[in-house]
Amino acid sequence: MPARVDTLSLERPRSLNVALSLLASDATLTPIAGCTDVYVGLHFGTLEQQRFIDLWPLDELRGITLENEILRIGAMTTYTELIESKLVNKRLPMLVAAAREVGGMQIQNRGTLGGNIANASPAGDTLPVLAAAGARVILRSTRGERTVPFESFYTGYRASVRQADELIVAIELPAIDGRQWWRKVGTRRAQAISKVMIAGVRSADEVRVAFGSVGPTVILAKQAAAVLAAGGTIGAARAELMKEISPIDDVRSTREYRARVAANLLGEFWDATT
Amino acid sequence: MDISVNGRRVSVDAHPMKRLLDVLREDCGLTGTKEGCGEGECGACTVLIDGLPVDSCIVPVAHAEGRKVITIEGAAKTRTGKALQDAFVEHGGAQCGICTPGMILAAAPLKRGAKLPDIKTALAGNLCRCTGYPAIFRSVDAALNPASAKTLRRGRLARGKSARAR
Repeated sequence: MPARVDTLSLERPRSLNVALSLLASDATLTPIAGCTDVYVGLHFGTLEQQRFIDLWPLDELRGITLENEILRIGAMTTYTELIESKLVNKRLPMLVAAAREVGGMQIQNRGTLGGNIANASPAGDTLPVLAAAGARVILRSTRGERTVPFESFYTGYRASVRQADELIVAIELPAIDGRQWWRKVGTRRAQAISKVMIAGVRSADEVRVAFGSVGPTVILAKQAAAVLAAGGTIGAARAELMKEISPIDDVRSTREYRARVAANLLGEFWDATT
Repeated sequence: MDISVNGRRVSVDAHPMKRLLDVLREDCGLTGTKEGCGEGECGACTVLIDGLPVDSCIVPVAHAEGRKVITIEGAAKTRTGKALQDAFVEHGGAQCGICTPGMILAAAPLKRGAKLPDIKTALAGNLCRCTGYPAIFRSVDAALNPASAKTLRRGRLARGKSARAR
């Protein structure tokens, strides 16, 4: 059935500066990029927003660069571009692994890293990777630019520190020392939203491990990681993990299954990165 | 908005957030592009924008402005489109036909010689509810590997077992 769009409006700025000015003067505008989430809401009639601003044509928000050992990924970079990037494959293979299991090709050609962050779903496929990698989110508005550590970007379920006039312009990733591990558990590899996800980094002096779909936001499991980093047992680390996650029953899975699988994945991560 | 559709320049007067799918079907009269789920899950509405497969049910027409769109009506003009269409006919890749335009356009960017895992990855975003996937994989394989297609037909796919992709 054709979708009704006549009550919607779309601003189409031709530059980032114009986009920021529009956002500064109108707090009701919702930024859109690859639209893979927005149009699902439109189809089901659950879309709350009516006024949109289109970031997709802004090439200033694209591109992957390396400077002073910091990998910088533009917010409009698609999953396909992440998968094809030599820089990302070399420095952050777990992000490539995550991007490969987002939807199918059609979604990978449209969905963007910035969109995945801004949509703020606890099941966002790249979010555990960004948490485990110690990413930083670059936010810009007409007031200036600020950098927010990814682990403090979300304030609650689908809520973040991003102000209405701010845009996510890029993600910065420090060099990662140590082994990276990522896994998504869902009903199938393609097209499925995850039941549980894990991303982990293990080096000689640091362990960072993050989980998706087991709480209101992505969870950086600091206590479980601290137990493992200090040479504690996997059982003790799992006990800490159970205090850090808060999975729920929903259409995709149950609280019990998610808790069990999260605990199993922590063990798998530890074994696989020995 | 000017869009190139199947190599022809089309001028469309539509709301910029109108779904590309609706513009193709209603404004351009190209009803070969099918709507399945309407939420980017099934791939039936797949078209190519600048050579990349996208689900046209979740693309605003604004994002096609100035771009080259290929629908199933123009698929035969792509490098592998004609071979894919012929192979789907020959190898029973289509039954009810709703998923077929999307399957063919999702497979169109594959290079000749593509192996089964690549074919499965390319078609992972397309759902079929009739033939099942083996007939579709065989069709794509036959189009891209005309010389070796028999191997796949005699192999696991012919017995209905599917190899794990990737």
